[in-house]
Amino acid sequence: MSKIERITGRGLPLRGNDIDTDRIIPARFLRCVTFDGLGEHVFADDRQSGQHPFDLPQYQGARILVVNANFGCGSSREHAPQAIARWGIQAIVGESFAEIFAGNCLAMGVPCLTAAPAQVQALQTLLEDQPTTELTLDLQVLTLTAGDQVIPLTMAESTRQMLLSGQWDACGQLLANQDKIHEVAARLPYVRWAVS
Amino acid sequence: MSRGTLFDKVWEQHTVATLPSGQTQLFIGLHLIHEVTSPQAFAMLRERGLPVLYPQRTVATVDHIVPTDTVARPLQDALAEEMLQALEANCRAHNIPFFGIGSGRQGIVHVIAPEQGLTQPGMTIACGDSHTSTHGAFGAIAFGIGTSQVRDVLATQTLALNKLKVRKVAVNGSLGPGVYAKDVILHIIRHLGVKGGVGYAYEFAGSTFAQLSMEERMTVCNMAIEGGARCGYVNPDETTFAYLRGRPFAPQGKNWDQAVAWWRSLASDADAEYDDVVTFAAADIAPTVTWGITPGQSVAVDETLPTLESLPEAERAIATEAYAYMDLQPGQPIQGTKIDVCFIGSCTNGRISDLRQAAKVVEGRKVKPGVKAFVVPGSERVKAQAEAEGLDVIFQAAGFEWRNPGCSMCLAMNPDKLQGRQISASSSNRNFKGRQGSAAGRTLLMSPAMVAAAAITGEVTDVRAFL
Repeated sequence: MSKIERITGRGLPLRGNDIDTDRIIPARFLRCVTFDGLGEHVFADDRQSGQHPFDLPQYQGARILVVNANFGCGSSREHAPQAIARWGIQAIVGESFAEIFAGNCLAMGVPCLTAAPAQVQALQTLLEDQPTTELTLDLQVLTLTAGDQVIPLTMAESTRQMLLSGQWDACGQLLANQDKIHEVAARLPYVRWAVS
Repeated sequence: MSRGTLFDKVWEQHTVATLPSGQTQLFIGLHLIHEVTSPQAFAMLRERGLPVLYPQRTVATVDHIVPTDTVARPLQDALAEEMLQALEANCRAHNIPFFGIGSGRQGIVHVIAPEQGLTQPGMTIACGDSHTSTHGAFGAIAFGIGTSQVRDVLATQTLALNKLKVRKVAVNGSLGPGVYAKDVILHIIRHLGVKGGVGYAYEFAGSTFAQLSMEERMTVCNMAIEGGARCGYVNPDETTFAYLRGRPFAPQGKNWDQAVAWWRSLASDADAEYDDVVTFAAADIAPTVTWGITPGQSVAVDETLPTLESLPEAERAIATEAYAYMDLQPGQPIQGTKIDVCFIGSCTNGRISDLRQAAKVVEGRKVKPGVKAFVVPGSERVKAQAEAEGLDVIFQAAGFEWRNPGCSMCLAMNPDKLQGRQISASSSNRNFKGRQGSAAGRTLLMSPAMVAAAAITGEVTDVRAFL
């Protein structure tokens, strides 16, 4: 797995609180056994007008999504961050994130970072006015640089460490503790009752 | 930091290790899977050549994509059939128990695990579905996960997690007539907000919860996630034990007494410390209806919709968006809002007690002409029980359709969908834009009894007038 230290590229502002995962990827697109092709359906219902930020020419190729509060609430579907990532987004900066969504992003190596609401909104305005602004997101020092602005970011230290060390896919680490897993299972009474 | 709560005790007993990142590696006692969020996880296992570590601690069923009119195979939707076949093949290949259509045990995953006695106090329970919080009703730590985490549980029976804070949400007193568990949780979310619970587990406590049945507790815990709390729970008590006794997967014989003693020991201590405590009075809770596009946008049925000025500034933008989408006006009463479709079912309110309450309202009355009304039992077992009690006859005589179990129009992955700008009265859990299958469709969430009343009058109606 790759270490994730720094992400550079243009930003995509997406305004609105409480944007849920049904909106990110409507349920009809979950009728599939792989995540292939989800990128083209991201925000399918919201994009019917053709004026959605994901459709605007100035944001094609953007790498960093900038959102408001409680982004990714609702359904646990990993299809939502998969669709966003397959569209081309590599990191998300916002006022706040729903927990399951942020956990899914981590498992995919997509950092979700928070910033103060006023700074997020100012950044969205900047990206609306000057869409070609190059952004640099630095996980080492937890900042987002946009032109001459430097915005402080926050994220759980454990999450930051997993991304920086390239250990964001936890599966290998979990498996390495197999002996301890069996010890805990042997200690739990309900595991015993089920087999006796 | 919390101390001495059920959450702390169960977390501690399931802790395997502290990972280098500082996260906890937590053992998962029960893993539930379904057709939507598991196929990619099995594919990841295959890519890495990993087996399922504890196949007997995972249980599978099919719920999201099953049609509710005819379940003949192959399913008419070829994509749904492919998903079902993938699940069947994965369960066979890994020796995972599967409750399929016609087994007598199939249904919505959050309905069948409790009714089979799989869900027990003191367990950690994970499922690739956000409404896994339902199982907290038994005093379990239960939460939704994504597909990569489904892979982690299949491969290791553990997850890497940060511990949550614990907020005690106490409700005291008796609920009035016509006020149900659904109203309790809608009321709580209205006041704590849809993101108020982020970072927390909600411990639902107080004399109101002590009086609620297991099915009512499940309704409340089910929607903890709609308040932002990934997990909600109620401490186990005599009601919990009485529900579990004799269920197929509940401890039997000498194990039963040991189990009850262990379960009792896990309940939060009288002097437990919480990160936060909030208290509500049951007397303040009325039949509640959502009017907007988040589950926090609700009013009591006899209230008018809020003016923008009356809302906190941070909520005005989403309220404006909601009014435009719903085509409702600030200041208007919610009562009298015309309804096109009535849906009774879902993991929130598709259990036998929900159907009984709705049937009581419907009995001897007729669905308003022009309204489409249908009942989707939560499981094959719920359906059989309802039919044994004659509820299907009551519903059908009134003009409701009586369907087969599944998630149905809660999220509309099967053929049950709203059309165009139709507006539904729904006993489900989410009123998000487009949630019920039409990009312009609108959803009003309410209790099953309130949905039944709306079906009779064709508009939002105070169910208390029917009791």
